[in-house]
Amino acid sequence: MHVPYRRLDRTGIAPVAGLGGGKGTRSVACFDEDTTSMAVEAARAAVRSAPDVEPASVWFATVAPPYLDKTNATAIHAALRLPRSAPAYDAIGSMRSTLGALRAALGGRGAALVAAADLRSGLPGSGDEATGGDGAAAVLVGDDGDGPVLAEVVAWSTATEEFLDRWRTPGESRSKLWEEKFGELHYTELGVEAFNAALKDAGLTAEEVDHLVVVGTHDRAVRGITKKLGVPPDRLADDFSATVGNTGAAHPLLLLAATLEKARPGQTLALLTLSDGADAIIFKTTGALADHRVARTVAAQVGAGGPIAYGKFLSWRGLLNVEPPRRPEPSRTSSSAAGRNLDWKFAFVGSEAEDGTIRLPPSPNDPTRHAMAEAIGTIVTYTVDRLAYSPSPPIVFAVVDFDGGGRLPIELTDVDDSEVSIGMKVEMTFRRLFTADGIHNYFWKARPVRGEGG
Amino acid sequence: MGSHGIRDRIAIIGMGCTRFTEHWDKGAPELMIEASNEAFASAGLTKNDIDAYWLGTASSGFSGLTLSKPLELEGKPVTRVENFCATGSDALRQSAYAVASGAYDVAMTVGVEKVKDSGYQGLTATQLPNDGTVRTLTAAAMYSMIVPAYAKKYGVDKDEIKTVLARIASKNHYNGARNPRAQFQREMSVEQLVAMPKVAGDLSVFDCSGVGDGSAAAIVCRAEDAHRYTDKPLYIKALSFVAGNGKGLTDPAYDYTTFPEIVACAEDAYHQAGVDDPRTELAMAEVHDCFTPTEMVLMEDLGFCERGTAWKEILAGAFDLDGDLPVNPDGGLKSFGHPVGASGLRMMFEAWLQLRGEAPEQRRISTYGSRDLALTHNLGGYPGEMVSFISILGTNPG
Repeated sequence: MHVPYRRLDRTGIAPVAGLGGGKGTRSVACFDEDTTSMAVEAARAAVRSAPDVEPASVWFATVAPPYLDKTNATAIHAALRLPRSAPAYDAIGSMRSTLGALRAALGGRGAALVAAADLRSGLPGSGDEATGGDGAAAVLVGDDGDGPVLAEVVAWSTATEEFLDRWRTPGESRSKLWEEKFGELHYTELGVEAFNAALKDAGLTAEEVDHLVVVGTHDRAVRGITKKLGVPPDRLADDFSATVGNTGAAHPLLLLAATLEKARPGQTLALLTLSDGADAIIFKTTGALADHRVARTVAAQVGAGGPIAYGKFLSWRGLLNVEPPRRPEPSRTSSSAAGRNLDWKFAFVGSEAEDGTIRLPPSPNDPTRHAMAEAIGTIVTYTVDRLAYSPSPPIVFAVVDFDGGGRLPIELTDVDDSEVSIGMKVEMTFRRLFTADGIHNYFWKARPVRGEGG
Repeated sequence: MGSHGIRDRIAIIGMGCTRFTEHWDKGAPELMIEASNEAFASAGLTKNDIDAYWLGTASSGFSGLTLSKPLELEGKPVTRVENFCATGSDALRQSAYAVASGAYDVAMTVGVEKVKDSGYQGLTATQLPNDGTVRTLTAAAMYSMIVPAYAKKYGVDKDEIKTVLARIASKNHYNGARNPRAQFQREMSVEQLVAMPKVAGDLSVFDCSGVGDGSAAAIVCRAEDAHRYTDKPLYIKALSFVAGNGKGLTDPAYDYTTFPEIVACAEDAYHQAGVDDPRTELAMAEVHDCFTPTEMVLMEDLGFCERGTAWKEILAGAFDLDGDLPVNPDGGLKSFGHPVGASGLRMMFEAWLQLRGEAPEQRRISTYGSRDLALTHNLGGYPGEMVSFISILGTNPG
């Protein structure tokens, strides 16, 4: 999973917007992140934690797709260097798309990667702006033949109904809401129904649920329903509303991952999602969970992060137009050039010469490719460019030498220019550099290694 | 196989150079006509006496037509040359080789750049369609990375290195203030310069070359014919060019305190010209001071001083107009301005004036009369991936 580095202090909202905000913080995607790039980061983390599993398909769920009429999941496919035979599908539109993707993935053959990401906000001062969060999560699903299973799905019940509680037409920057009680009524009824059906199907009682995760698009319904499920209140998982916010389509998987980190083998997890109906899933953790290690836990990522000013947040979201640098804007990326250099551009693959020299970008003269995305680098020298074009100046830039060989002069991200120093350790992260003519230019940047939390 | 050069076989017999500045009222054609006419007049020739033309421009026009149309040439060959910021120098190199080959008797090179029509401050690079992974940093930022690397390697503290860079800019402003063709003709003190706000790394706008429009031109012929056109020809002692392979960008051994392309280029040039000790044999040098740290590193790469000592020599005034070896007596890119395609020829124009005793008294080099060789050095690209040109010119045919 991937929680972006920046955190917006909600108390910073009202003094500017005149209303809104609240207590705590929310996560904020960097200007160079979108749902695809965040999903790539989450997918990398998932694959890193199960190095022997190669996904046979990719599913990408989001409410904020960078492209329409073009599959976004293919970028994840490219970043992970999956074989051509592995399909990549988008599930777009609502939080429930994530459940649909997960369900489809579970029904397919072979291991599948389900990644979900979202960028949540509304107009300045809105509830969605304050309670929303940005982030991504990814899970690998499959059976024992694909790899060690951490949790088994023992039941999945759903309840579906058409009712208009929250909506947004494509292109709008805010969602609109119907009177709260109307939605709450529907969600409570649908949620209880699905939850009880799942328990029944699993042959369990509510008291036997060790970890309860409730997530949804209707805050009041989510809070209220927990008391009606019969699960003891101490079993309820933290929903990260005080730290990260509700990450929309990513939230069901984000909370599932966080709960799996806390769970012990042989426990029962219930995930109830309220989004245009209800999905109740009962998981049973396995013995393999005890041996499962993730490099960067959800808890650590949630606890980390650096501050961002509200004004900067607004400008990154396109809600505050600030003066751009007086330099020419970049022209659009060439599709054919990008296609030729797919492994370099999307997967950060360099080349290795016969004498072992690593070259970035890859040289046409070298016999072998060399994957560099997971390499750790060290800053040799650096600069801050206040003249060059950037969607969010200034550009912080460094010459980076990688452990195991290879050097690249490259832009840094998730960093304040005053923190950079020679000798600083950096890691690679997949980003969207800029967009021109509607073409998103994805490539890699380096960011400081900040220990476990990232 | 070998790089032999054409020492003393070719002579420059006429030159011209416009003022470099923001020529809002002139385009590339007007600037080329002005520089060409001055060059024709100085050699006593007309456009019809020239057998072949070379045009150096980085981005102010395509093809030989860029020159043949404004000059209204009839049936003459014109070759357009582009080689980053070394464009003008490389164009001259081509014309000299063409005459040395015997293909032509007299050839002219015109360099031009109209940079002030972009609407942006500074130079703007033209990007070819690409995969979106190419660096978009400014040249200033790329060159600024020399500063911390050099300071660390040679133990120069932060304030001291800032003073060194300001000293370079101050010297070049001093020289430019004595040059009516320079873009900036105003002296700047070290104190003023160190106080400027940073725009890229530790560099301020005053650490960057001036950006102006301009044109310069040179006419060459065989050395034995030179006196037909002028009493004081400049003989070409060396023309050296190296295009790097970009290794510095990918090789962890590169440390941003030197430009290996220039070291190789200098070695070839000194070999061609038979120069053993440039510090004592050269009367002057025009070097590519695109940014102040570039000039600092060049002093070492060109062999004007020992490694790690340029900063001290600069502070001691070794490269001032009255120093041991005057560098950029015309103000350099810093003060004279940098119309890309014209800059290399502008450097030779200063050698033309100084070695022939035509530079105005107030900026006459200390070595005038005692030495007779000038070096011009022109580069293009960035630390780690650059092209380098060096010429050595002299008044004696050897």
